[in-house]
Amino acid sequence: MTGAVAPPTHEIEITPELVEDHGLSPEEYERILEILGRTPTIAELGVFSAMWSEHCGYKNSRPLLRTLPTEGDAVVQGPGENAGVIDVGEGWGVAFKIESHNHPSAVEPYQGAATGSGGILRDVFTMGARPIALFDSLRFGSLDSPRSRYLFDGVVRGVGDYGNCVGVPTVGGEAVFDPAYEKNPLVNVMCVGVLPLERLIRGEASGVGNPVMAVGARTGRDGIHGATFASEELDEESTESRPQVQVGDPFTEKLLLEASLELIERDLLVGIQDMGAAGLTSSGTEMAARSGSGIDIDVALVPVREEGMTPYEILLSESQERMLLVARPEHEADVREVLERWDLQAATIGKVTDDGLFRVRENGRVVAEIPVQPLVNECPTYTREGVEDPEVVRLRGMDLSEYRTFGSDESVEDALRTLLDAPTIASKRWIHDQYDTSVQTNTLQGPGSDCAVLRLPAGKRALAATTDGNGRYTYLEPRTGGRIAVAEAARNVACSGARPLAITNCLNFGSPLRPSVYHQLAEAVAGMGEACRALDTPVTGGNVSLYNETGGRPVYPTPVVGMLGVIPDRDLRIGSHFRNAGDEIVVLGITRDEIGASEYLAACHGLVAGAPPALDLEEARRLVELLVAMGEVGAVHSAHDCSDGGLAVALAECAIGARVGPFGIEADLDQVPLEGEVSPAALWFGESQSRVVASCTPRRCDELEDLARAHSVAFARIGRVAEPGSAYEVRAGGHRVRIEVAELSRIYESAIPRRMREEAGLTS
Amino acid sequence: MAETFSVEVRITPRKGILDPEGETIARALENLGYEGVGAVRAGRLVRLEIDAGSPDEAHSAVRKMCEELIANPVIEDFEVRVEEGVEEDA
Amino acid sequence: MKFGIVRFPGSNCDQDVFRAVTEGLGREATYLWHKSHDLQGVDVVVLPGGFSYGDYLRAGAIARFSPIMREVVQFARDGGLTLGICNGFQVLCEARLLPGALVRNRSLRFRCVEVGVKVENAETPFTSAYEEGQRLVIPVAHGEGQYVADPATLDALEASDRVVFRYVDERGLATDAANPNGSARNIAGIINEAGNVLGVMPHPERVSLAALGNTDGLGVFVSLARAVARSDAEGLTAGGARPAGVGS
Repeated sequence: MTGAVAPPTHEIEITPELVEDHGLSPEEYERILEILGRTPTIAELGVFSAMWSEHCGYKNSRPLLRTLPTEGDAVVQGPGENAGVIDVGEGWGVAFKIESHNHPSAVEPYQGAATGSGGILRDVFTMGARPIALFDSLRFGSLDSPRSRYLFDGVVRGVGDYGNCVGVPTVGGEAVFDPAYEKNPLVNVMCVGVLPLERLIRGEASGVGNPVMAVGARTGRDGIHGATFASEELDEESTESRPQVQVGDPFTEKLLLEASLELIERDLLVGIQDMGAAGLTSSGTEMAARSGSGIDIDVALVPVREEGMTPYEILLSESQERMLLVARPEHEADVREVLERWDLQAATIGKVTDDGLFRVRENGRVVAEIPVQPLVNECPTYTREGVEDPEVVRLRGMDLSEYRTFGSDESVEDALRTLLDAPTIASKRWIHDQYDTSVQTNTLQGPGSDCAVLRLPAGKRALAATTDGNGRYTYLEPRTGGRIAVAEAARNVACSGARPLAITNCLNFGSPLRPSVYHQLAEAVAGMGEACRALDTPVTGGNVSLYNETGGRPVYPTPVVGMLGVIPDRDLRIGSHFRNAGDEIVVLGITRDEIGASEYLAACHGLVAGAPPALDLEEARRLVELLVAMGEVGAVHSAHDCSDGGLAVALAECAIGARVGPFGIEADLDQVPLEGEVSPAALWFGESQSRVVASCTPRRCDELEDLARAHSVAFARIGRVAEPGSAYEVRAGGHRVRIEVAELSRIYESAIPRRMREEAGLTS
Repeated sequence: MAETFSVEVRITPRKGILDPEGETIARALENLGYEGVGAVRAGRLVRLEIDAGSPDEAHSAVRKMCEELIANPVIEDFEVRVEEGVEEDA
Repeated sequence: MKFGIVRFPGSNCDQDVFRAVTEGLGREATYLWHKSHDLQGVDVVVLPGGFSYGDYLRAGAIARFSPIMREVVQFARDGGLTLGICNGFQVLCEARLLPGALVRNRSLRFRCVEVGVKVENAETPFTSAYEEGQRLVIPVAHGEGQYVADPATLDALEASDRVVFRYVDERGLATDAANPNGSARNIAGIINEAGNVLGVMPHPERVSLAALGNTDGLGVFVSLARAVARSDAEGLTAGGARPAGVGS
């Protein structure tokens, strides 16, 4: 319970409209009155508004997120901190997390993407980990739309420029193009970092009297939305020019990264957290909440870059590249020295207390005083009504018979061409050419494969990582979509021979106030939880982004999973693409008559309908075990997950992406393991789950077959890898396609560049 | 009767927006020993020639170009300056 | 023997060079902080890649005025072996230790790709471990890597064998398709008249470790170690490297 706070000289009256403008309901406001025992000041209202927002408070998602599994042998740090951490052996840990920056990227794609990258980098190095890789998971409307091209170009340049400048390679990700995302792009960025586990530091504010310091860039008015009450500068010009867009400065970020790691390595700190959303407010209150302590700060001591900033503005500013730290008292001067050496600001702005309050002063005068625990941990949460949209039920049950057969061999070939030309499937070289993929010399496998593989300092181990998600599946059947997001990510990581260990996740959905969206959210989270348990990949943290909708149309519900795994011996890692002519091509896993929700239906028939392919969790688990075993035995030359576009596309990808390629192929898909009657379209392009296309030397094929049988995974030989530059020749379901691989490669490589009106290749 | 006008557009970061480039230049100048240097804003210059019936017409046409393409109004301000008419078309 | 690696604010390939020297080459390396005036008696100075000062204003423009550059320029003028990689090459040009300049890539985009690079001159202290005409595969990663200079300068560079590395295709030809950034004459790396200062845009330090599979770049560091050992053996001072193009 707080005492009376002396009202500041120009205090603003708290009206119901003001409360509403701050995104708080009347009930929530009542709760605030209860907590404070009085009316809040404007600064306090701002603080509650920020901490009880969807982004910081998770008010519509927390009850669902609580159902996810978060513990496991490899987990050192689960949800609740700035990033999750797993143990990768020999005293080393990997910190990782994924975050979204969707709404800012729709407004200003370059800066939205750049600042999103900056934020997630800080979340990782604040744990004491050196960032070693970034992944970007992107979704835009169709590239036929000028606006989508504009957003895509800006986002890629933003991600690239920021990561490149800081010196962290961007080694993987995904890019999906679908009209569902036309008005609301999705920009999710995952960061992975490495640390000696003894260096792990948390965002804690403990030790009464310990100095609290604001470090990094100066604070400006970034991110504060143009509400006239918020500032002393009330003339028209300033209202108009109030910056709503945060601008990233990767140079300062690099300095901050080095300085922070030095502070942490030298054990000069008690706790540290980055100032992200809701800046000083969220970092200060969360650090205090974790330690059960309080914090007393004076905003007049915060280094600012604008004049006349009010406490409200300083508390809520989202200026980038700043950290809040609690120094060990005997090292306060050392902390300052380190930051000055790196040309960064370092100001002691307050101290840790034991009264459990977040107390904010302006030149000594108290302007806000809030009990920390209720503010941070008792944000009202809501369990809403979820009702499936009847339109989705109708689409899911649609009769797809007319799409299961082909009129001729030509129509199969046309479909293959169309799929390889679809930007969602086609080569992403246009993107990753703009990313530095090899700085830090850890990259063993970069973009263009099922997962990225990075060297680890722990002996000969390597880290495998990927991001995955499928909005269309989740739209048509949310529970299955949630399961598949996890299972596909695990499969992609396991294809390299790595054992999947843990995930981070980003939930991108529309407004939870819509029963249809809440249904999607609840079901998708339930599906993810099921898959995480079956595959033993707990959740270590993540992010929720709601309200991704425009004009009443939400995006496809899109859970994105970032999956990590470890390969015990990096020399035994498995690549995705064929390696030798003469190798045997094998298919692992069962094909069913499933064309629902497929890229084939969407790209070739303009149809989004049918149920997504089923995901049997036991099958998924057994396949992962088999892939790990295959890695240990070293018998397989390549393994590629079968997903968008089905087997026909997977085979093409294995051939085109080869270093010495593109290889030819001779294959007969009628040989694949089947369940029930499988139509031609499903054979060629169906997206049945838990399937992998692999290659091996012929004399070791029997060994692989035995291994598959031991793991109860269906196995079949379907053909061979032919000479580079020969033909792609595939037979299935009564049809035959024969096409020069050079032609397939041309289609695949030029799909995005030609839509972005540039040539593929080195010339530019 | 159309003339060709030379128009200069100056683009700078909007007031209040972070300008990392300007700040870095300011610090570098300070480190080099230059005193009394205050705020530095770094922007860019685009010069173009355009046919128009009058300076006002040229000004207004280029303004539209700035709003649509040359500047990003979300984070940039621009200033359009029309110089003397360059030459007359026959 | 010791390699010195300068650290500017924003350098981000310094650790990669350190690893290339200590793990790839097996020699001692030390960092040289930009605010220091002490070269710590190193035999080779390396200006690594990265984004010193964010590449703000012009790439390398601010870094060239760092306090340590006073000593680096003196070291180079005295004949000390000086290697500038990527951003380091940009700094050397801004510091007028090498002619010409690096400007924005022709495509106006950052590019990170593996490129074919031909060793045009294997008689420099930076390339003696290679064969003349040898083709290497090395990554580039830059947004401002287009080398430009006036025609007279370009002709002089060619005439005196001072173009040390050139972008080439699989057949070893300097075609337009093989040029990742539009550099004049496909120039990827050049040396100064005295033969002791080299600037190169591709990153040899990224392909110097066996664990990564490609060690095409290690030769640069091996050559430097040989040059240092040779001049030590001949009793020359650290500033006594031989001019390029002179037979041994």
